[in-house]
Amino acid sequence: MIDPGRAIRTLRFSTLDNRQADCVNLSQIQAQTCAHQRGKSMKYLSHVAAAAILAALPFHAPIARAETPANTLVQAWAIDDIITLDPAEVFEFSAGELMGNTYETLIGYDPGDVSNVFGRVAESWTVSEDGKTMTFKIREGRSFASGNPVTAADVVFSLTRAVKMDMSPAFILTQFGFAPDTVDEKIRAIDDYTVEFEMDQAYAPSLVLYCLTANVASVVDMALVTEHEADGDFGYNWLKTNYAGSGPFSIREWRPNEVVVLDRNENYSGDAPAMERVIYRHVPEPATERLLLEQGDVDIARKLGPEEFAALASNPDIKMQEGPKGTIYYIGLNQKNEYLSDPRVAEAMKYLVDYSAIADTIMSGVAEVHQTFLPKGFLGELDENPYALNVEKAKDLLAEAGYPDGFTVTMDARNTADITAMAEAIQQTMAQAGIKVELIPGDGGQTLTKYRARTHDMYIGQWGPDYQDPHTNADTFTRNTDNSDEATSKPLAWRNAWDIPELSVETAAAMMEPDAENRAAIYRELQGKVLAESPYIIMFQQIEVAAIRSNVDGFILGPSFSDNSVAGVTKE
Amino acid sequence: MVGRARALPVLTRLAKIVVSLAVTLLGLLLVTFLIGRVVPVDPVLSVVGDRASQSTYDRVFLELGLDQPLVVQFWMYLQDVLRGDFGDSFLTKRPILDDIARVFPATLELATAGVLIGTILGIPLGVLAAVKQGKLADQIVRVVGLVGYSAPIFWLALLGLLVFYAQLGLVAGPGRVDITYEYDFTTKTGLLLLDTALQGRWEAFRNVFSHLILPACLLGYFSMAYISRMTRSFMLNELHQEYVTTARVKGVAEWRIVWVHALKNAAVPLVTVIVLSYMNLLEGSVLTETVFAWPGLGSYLTNSLQNADMNAVLGCTLVIGISFTALNLISDLLYSLLDPRVRRRR
Repeated sequence: MIDPGRAIRTLRFSTLDNRQADCVNLSQIQAQTCAHQRGKSMKYLSHVAAAAILAALPFHAPIARAETPANTLVQAWAIDDIITLDPAEVFEFSAGELMGNTYETLIGYDPGDVSNVFGRVAESWTVSEDGKTMTFKIREGRSFASGNPVTAADVVFSLTRAVKMDMSPAFILTQFGFAPDTVDEKIRAIDDYTVEFEMDQAYAPSLVLYCLTANVASVVDMALVTEHEADGDFGYNWLKTNYAGSGPFSIREWRPNEVVVLDRNENYSGDAPAMERVIYRHVPEPATERLLLEQGDVDIARKLGPEEFAALASNPDIKMQEGPKGTIYYIGLNQKNEYLSDPRVAEAMKYLVDYSAIADTIMSGVAEVHQTFLPKGFLGELDENPYALNVEKAKDLLAEAGYPDGFTVTMDARNTADITAMAEAIQQTMAQAGIKVELIPGDGGQTLTKYRARTHDMYIGQWGPDYQDPHTNADTFTRNTDNSDEATSKPLAWRNAWDIPELSVETAAAMMEPDAENRAAIYRELQGKVLAESPYIIMFQQIEVAAIRSNVDGFILGPSFSDNSVAGVTKE
Repeated sequence: MVGRARALPVLTRLAKIVVSLAVTLLGLLLVTFLIGRVVPVDPVLSVVGDRASQSTYDRVFLELGLDQPLVVQFWMYLQDVLRGDFGDSFLTKRPILDDIARVFPATLELATAGVLIGTILGIPLGVLAAVKQGKLADQIVRVVGLVGYSAPIFWLALLGLLVFYAQLGLVAGPGRVDITYEYDFTTKTGLLLLDTALQGRWEAFRNVFSHLILPACLLGYFSMAYISRMTRSFMLNELHQEYVTTARVKGVAEWRIVWVHALKNAAVPLVTVIVLSYMNLLEGSVLTETVFAWPGLGSYLTNSLQNADMNAVLGCTLVIGISFTALNLISDLLYSLLDPRVRRRR
């Protein structure tokens, strides 16, 4: 469900990242402070400022360092991507994490081993003989935070509601053949604790189950939501800023760009969390986050950069925790471009990125080299990274293609710190083989709009899976059923004008393959072909790192943001 | 009859103010609206993201009224505004007025504290510099002012946090209040100092104050730099006037000449300077707000603009426009209080 390409996020984060790039890190500041304090002007300044503060402070005693309360977990993060709290609409990183901690889905998986799928609200499930209908048995005796029982009616209400509302993540459900006007017949309650889920085709059960772990399939409290329904809005205008779930925590308050406060759900049917309250504070500036963490005003800092991590590494009060995320960094080569459409050129370019150098410097600790389109941990992942910087080989390939002296192309790059730095590094290595890359920086909205209109030459960006099934990435990297300019569906293959009728058929077949092992084999084959022939230079997989006070244990960083869990957190 | 004769000019004046306010705000709205529509960002993408199906995209496109001609869109917006409906923000999913009622007090509190500090420090420093023209004190004030002008604010802000929060522990860190006091009082005005004081929550008051003081000093420093510089030049001008020489000849004490005679005359242009400086702070300082995790108008407006959340941008523009007009009115009033000539002319 995570969606890093999403315009809203890229837009906002681009501004933050710009600031981040502008801001010097703290050790630099300390050094500069010393340097400046040798200068007279700074001395006067600090005296005046100190005098001003002391004069203004009526309380001369130092303010005691407020440790966070023992029953409260405080996190600093950039939470300005939250635009809704309705699980039928949520598609953002931080909101996804909130949903994961406050709502429950029918199906869940172990964040440590994604292949371990189990029922959460569902107790068990069966697949009909024709493979088109799944029947879910709902666990009895569970309740929502409101005290209302969780029944089959709630499950049906939640899923049909998401389909009818048709918000951004609705396609995760509608891809199984549901439409707003017919979904009531297709997803139905048989009795109080049995739900039938009837699809238009016999999709692979693993695909269906993974899709049902996405936030959009969260079970909402039908009675509570219906109470707030107005003008047939399915309670959306209320739920977008309120809460009606059954997870370990309930959402007490969301003040945009400021704070989200979660309270322990006393009616939670699972093990009660140790924390009574969890607070997400919006702290967009990494250097500020670091100060708050060091002072103990927050327990976990979530938006630090490589510089802050390096500075905190020696602090005994702070520990680091890593979680590989599904986001992939890649370059798309538009096949409408005469140079880039030559497969030898595409291959040459794959040899013109210094993968390991970038991973060790610009993206140190926050990304690792990864060259296949399925992130690690996915069914059918292929752990192969055959490409490394090899200028000679690239030159040979270019000469073979008829461009011994290279050529000039443009590359659109979002103006965030990480993408810009990567783009510049790649520009430099491409130049070694004579390929002159002109960078066109732009903010998220602009580059995305251009990419979607496929008027770029090269585009460097990110792609994150929408749910934990391989189909989510295959659907975009290796499926392009209509390569015309008028196509309504715009997968990455279309955006790069990669016309692949055969691969599209294979991708569709993988979606239907009932046997998980056979499915995995198809995806491995697809990835092998993409590695060799595709117009994508897939480079890295993202790692999420959190800096945590050492008295805090049990925080989980899972493969997707909705797997990041605070339910098991304890504090000494 | 007499009463009516007196009331008329007041009414005319009021009507003039209302009309000029209306024209100003309409112009502001129109320009902002047009800017919002030519920004190369697709507002639909901001709402639905990159992954939504085409049907979702089309639904939102229609909902936002983007299929209508620009003139119609603007007219529909104006009609709503006149009805008191500023629309919802698609980023926060709340009515714009609620959002502004939340973010504006945060900026107002900070800006007011900042301009107070700037004025209280800036005027005496400016006077001092003028009196000691060319001497050490003058040089110091000018250098301090110059640093205030030229140092990047995020750098000073981080430095301030590092020294006063992290090293000395004199003030509380970023944010408006510690989580311990988060629900200790109810937010009514949004001005947390006022809220805590009115409810007698003195510990929370102290905490809020301790959060406010550092960013306020920082903004205060910047407005001090401006105010002291301007005070200095106004005072220099006054101190060379003949009435000052006359007063000196008459044997009036020097402090009286400076602080009463000259400063009083410098006060009228100074009001403009202070109001301008206040206005600057009221628009919100994005960088200060970012470093101090301050949920104010500046970051709200920037965020909205970058996502083409035009209802929010237009709402903020109105608020800023209204504040500007209100401050202008106040400075007009102050002029007539300070300058008998202005009073008489009316």
